[in-house]
Amino acid sequence: MSKKTPLYDKHVEAGARIVDFGGWDMPLHYGSQKDEHRSVRQRAGVFDVSHMTIVDLGGERTREFLRHLLANDVAKLAIRGKALYSCMLNADGGVIDDLIVYYLDDARYRLIVNAATREKDLAWIREQGGDYDIVVTERGELAMLAIQGPKARELAAPCIDAEWRQQALELKPFNGMDAGDLFIARTGYTGEDGWEIVMPASRATVAWDRLLAAGVAPCGLGARDTLRLEAAMNLYGNDMDESVSPLEAGLGWTVAWKPADRAFIGREPLEKLRGDGGLRRFVGLLLEDRGVLRDHQHIVVDNIGDGQITSGGFSPTIGRSIALARVPAGDYDRARVDIRGKLLNVRIVETPFVRNGKIRVDL
Amino acid sequence: MSELPGDLLYTKEHEWLRREDDGSVTIGITDHAQSALGDLVYVELPEVGQDLDSGGDMAVVESVKAASDVFAPIAGNVVSVNEELSDDPEKINSDPYGDGWIVRLQPGGGDDDDLMAPDAYQTYLDELDD
Repeated sequence: MSKKTPLYDKHVEAGARIVDFGGWDMPLHYGSQKDEHRSVRQRAGVFDVSHMTIVDLGGERTREFLRHLLANDVAKLAIRGKALYSCMLNADGGVIDDLIVYYLDDARYRLIVNAATREKDLAWIREQGGDYDIVVTERGELAMLAIQGPKARELAAPCIDAEWRQQALELKPFNGMDAGDLFIARTGYTGEDGWEIVMPASRATVAWDRLLAAGVAPCGLGARDTLRLEAAMNLYGNDMDESVSPLEAGLGWTVAWKPADRAFIGREPLEKLRGDGGLRRFVGLLLEDRGVLRDHQHIVVDNIGDGQITSGGFSPTIGRSIALARVPAGDYDRARVDIRGKLLNVRIVETPFVRNGKIRVDL
Repeated sequence: MSELPGDLLYTKEHEWLRREDDGSVTIGITDHAQSALGDLVYVELPEVGQDLDSGGDMAVVESVKAASDVFAPIAGNVVSVNEELSDDPEKINSDPYGDGWIVRLQPGGGDDDDLMAPDAYQTYLDELDD
């Protein structure tokens, strides 16, 4: 039996094509994925992301525990509500999951982890947290909406109680705040400005109606994927998993090496990998020929070696196909991709491909 | 779901065929197929003059979601392809039975017993929904 979010009936009402995603019945699109994508780049869209797993950690030693659990360092979080993106690694330095951690107060942190990895994440956190007397509380009763786009905050502000509204509008990027029974963060997965709001289920359905009435476009998982690909944001299970270190998934920037004596899980194997050199590159690709790059397509770099596309698709903003890929070490900026037996030309480009509505790659 | 055009024949792979006055056959994908695929972003067409086997690869339609093969419903020689799809593949979404046609074949003879009349295809679609 598939799980449904509190907004399931709202999706059906809005004409969603429902698909299974990690055991959840979720909206793929509401008619046109490209239109939804465009709405977020140009104005505002709302995504139901209630399937994601919210985990609150409590206890005196929570900070100390998270400094051990995560490859990024929560000691960077000095201000309440500040968010940090991090990988959670296994003992071999492979990625168990990527997540966002919010610092709520000294004995209280909130993690938002992926839906498809929920069980193994919770088991791992509980197992590692045992030594630290951590109280792990999954907040399955809460819903979460992501409102994204240049007009997102303006159009979503009326959903926030008046007493909190101004403060919410003044939140800086990657910061969050409690607002009564809401938790509002200026974060997202689209490369646009916006909020992610955690709220009780009953408030989520009211907020949904209100947002749609204000002209915010309902957006499905399809647009969420093309938006995050244009923004070159990694997708767990595609771009990295337990067999890959963050250093070969474009996530080296999320590993906090200093202080050198912080013994986070996976540190030793990562240091060895870094010392050995020859790491595979994780790059953005732009298809120069006609066609569409897709996950798992084979890449050939002449005289150097082979690689693979980890996330590929069509970029509605650019009008061409783009991808994220893992390719061999070396200094080169061209490669070829095997699409149905034909080798098509790709160029390695700086990412993100698109950010805040603007194309960032040279075409 | 819109009504199926009455002058076409259909396949279980959700293609349609129209017999033209000159003996050629125009082929496209049905409204059901385009709707399931989502917004189309790329169409790979065969070469004009190419001989196709019945059930062989004819074209590839790629949506934002996935790539999908279109098989030749009958054997034949490609007499023309819809070049406009190169720049505007969404014609298949907006007008699957008209401007969104894909290939025109000169039939090479052989078996076409698997083709369905509109009412038979409608029954087939209804059964898929169940």
